[in-house]
Amino acid sequence: MIETYTKPKVIVGLGSCGIAAGAAKTYDKLQKMLQEGTLDFELSRTSCIGMCYKEPLVEIRDKNSWVLYGDMTADKVEQTILKHLSKGQVDKENAVSARDFKATEEDFFDGQVKIALRNCGHIDPESLSEAEEHGAYQAIRAIFDKKISGAEVIQSVLDSGLRGRGGGGFPTGLKWRFAAQSENDEKYIICNADEGDPGAFMDRSLLEGDPHAVLEGMMIGGYAIGAQTGVIYCRAEYPLAIKRLNIAIAQAKEKGYLGKNPFGSEAFSFDIYVKEGAGAFVCGEETALIASIEGQRGMPRKRPPFPAVSGLWKKPTNINNVETWANIPWIIHNGPAAYAAYGTEKSKGTKVFALTGKIRNGGLVEVPMGITINDIIFKLGGGIQGGKKFKAVQLGGPSGGCIPAELGDTCVDYDSVNATGAIMGSGGMVVMDETTCMIDLAKFFLHFTQDESCGKCTFCRIGTKRMLEILERITEGKGKESDIELLENLAFQIKNNSLCGLGQTAPNPVLTTLKYFKAEYEAHIFDKKCPAKVCKPLLKYSINPDTCTGCMVCGKKCPTNAIDGDRKKVHVINQSMCIQCGECFNVCRFDAVIVE
Amino acid sequence: MRIHRIAQEKVNGLQPEADLTQLEALFTRYRNKSGSLIPLLQGTQHMFGYIPSKAFEMIAEETNIPVADIFGVATFYAQFRLHPVGKNVIKVCHGTACHVQNANSITDAIKGELSVKDGGTTEDGFFTLESVACLGCCSLAPVMMIGENTYGKLTGKASVKVIRELRKENSSNNQ
Ligand SMILES: Cc1cc2nc3c(=O)[nH]c(=O)nc-3n(C[C@H](O)[C@H](O)[C@H](O)COP(=O)(O)O)c2cc1C
Ligand code: SF4
Ligand code: FES
Repeated sequence: MIETYTKPKVIVGLGSCGIAAGAAKTYDKLQKMLQEGTLDFELSRTSCIGMCYKEPLVEIRDKNSWVLYGDMTADKVEQTILKHLSKGQVDKENAVSARDFKATEEDFFDGQVKIALRNCGHIDPESLSEAEEHGAYQAIRAIFDKKISGAEVIQSVLDSGLRGRGGGGFPTGLKWRFAAQSENDEKYIICNADEGDPGAFMDRSLLEGDPHAVLEGMMIGGYAIGAQTGVIYCRAEYPLAIKRLNIAIAQAKEKGYLGKNPFGSEAFSFDIYVKEGAGAFVCGEETALIASIEGQRGMPRKRPPFPAVSGLWKKPTNINNVETWANIPWIIHNGPAAYAAYGTEKSKGTKVFALTGKIRNGGLVEVPMGITINDIIFKLGGGIQGGKKFKAVQLGGPSGGCIPAELGDTCVDYDSVNATGAIMGSGGMVVMDETTCMIDLAKFFLHFTQDESCGKCTFCRIGTKRMLEILERITEGKGKESDIELLENLAFQIKNNSLCGLGQTAPNPVLTTLKYFKAEYEAHIFDKKCPAKVCKPLLKYSINPDTCTGCMVCGKKCPTNAIDGDRKKVHVINQSMCIQCGECFNVCRFDAVIVE
Repeated sequence: MRIHRIAQEKVNGLQPEADLTQLEALFTRYRNKSGSLIPLLQGTQHMFGYIPSKAFEMIAEETNIPVADIFGVATFYAQFRLHPVGKNVIKVCHGTACHVQNANSITDAIKGELSVKDGGTTEDGFFTLESVACLGCCSLAPVMMIGENTYGKLTGKASVKVIRELRKENSSNNQ
């Protein structure tokens, strides 16, 4: 890329996560510095580069070099900028990555291969010219320049081995071929940006960071299957993504990239619009999503007919996930072999994961398929927060399952992950340490799926409710010996008698925790104990007479006055009055309160 | 299924009566467009913070869709509210990442501070407390959102502080 620098460029990461960490205030502060005129630089913005744990991020770029600084809150940024720009000294303490030296967080980027996220964190997402400098719209332009046919495009996608990144992992080229084969004058392209898995934010980041990549991917897909209209179904909880998408669409229209005969094509016309979701997890399922776009309750229907035959407004429709679309221009531009060079035999290319939970380096990583879970968590992710012990990782959200630490050597590809009972899913990776109770987690997911079930199938609607009730009583210490068998039985029935993926996968979190953490279930049911000390009704608080100083702080804090004791005398908790709220444990400065 | 969401409109007398004539502009925008029911409901909620029961009838008349069907759509999606809400809606994230990082303690702390239940509105109509699934800032968990602002890496105490500051700002603005 050719960039001309007359003055240094200061770039603030303004993704949703950056803004939540205070990046907007940092930006304002820098703007004020500019107005005051003490320093001369060009202020710019970009989106999330994936290093969410060091937000707000500020990059300083000049002719020869660049340095990325982390934790740049408004109160810290001035000092670092002054040091760097007027004194010419790098603030090494806050530098997280740099071109010319090994900064503190270099490990996070080593081992990553950015294809889908190629421009995220590098361009101003609201500037079409910056996107084009970084290669946007070159692939679609080449298609028309070289007169590549739709069938050839589909063949390239097939050859790349790309599989759907929305969770199912269906070969994308094959899906396109089906849609191309359906004869109809009117066809649709849909981008699934519903991102329902709570704990995953790859799609949000991509849309906020590089909306033109998604638009270009959809255009290529539209050309390949013969569609005229693209719809992006984006969840309403992502206002910034929706805003940037609309800006990008307007820019593309203005340039003539969208609309009639773009890039000198003769027969191709394509338009894209954004449809806002209204908050229903099941609308991520393709037939429910289509119903929702049509303005109905988002309830899945039976397939076949598949959307490729009868989709939106009963016309042939091709649905892909945001990340799938973002990969397409890269594949066309660099060739399918370049993409297939990454990954394993059956899972090609790269995958973006959202690392969250008890991980030190929470954020977004894009890695080649086939890397192990341990490598992601310990090499890129920096291990567990506070040096605690890695217990398990949840893949695939509510439809997925947890993989225990013992299986940390599992390769991340579709087949190896499925073999553990979890699924690859859309890329949420929630890391858990020894303080997470697996039954509480299973209960959390069941609560979610139970709430989000559309209600069409009896087993999904009522079965999940019954399972949730059983898990609730187990975590309350009222579990029965027969409960484990009952859970397994219900899980089996729900899996086999549900219409859509939501019901078919809802029992997965319970089944995998039962498989790998049965002892924890048994401790709850038989010993009435929660080993992770999470399930409140199973906890017993007491005071260690050897360390209690009689400071009386806990007694004042206890909401039920369950703690007896005078000044300088050992305190005692009256168990019949204790409600296990844990206040005394939190306030004790002498670690004298014991939880069991 | 979200059975608990199906309930009658309660007006607590604090909100001014919604001026439904505003809806006309929205209707003109979407007239004769297919699949416009959800955008109409979203537009209505954007204006009033909830969907007043009168608005259901007006949308039915406008679109020729039976009220029952519209009600069916509105209760299906988590976004739509059938009750008026407070001036500031506090959305505490209870997605997986936030749950693992103890989002419950945030909701508990706010419940205690405001003396409301989850989903409830304070007596002065200033705050409504809600739970949502994932705001997409999972790496900053636990997270909450008030209006357009997102607050990350919270603790119970920190969330209460945010709320008290908002109240303070409001009362100093009113003076
Ligand atoms: C309950 C349920 C929720 C889903 N949620 C999403 C989602 O949020 N995002 C997504 O891309 N796909 C989701 N899917 C998968 C879609 O149905 C569909 O397979 C996908 O969008 C196809 O795109 P792909 O082939 O590019 O992955 C979901 C499926 C089910 C059954
Ligand atoms: S499995 Fe559940 S969510 Fe899917 S269609 Fe049946 S009831 Fe609805
Ligand atoms: S889980 Fe709370 S923001 Fe994603």
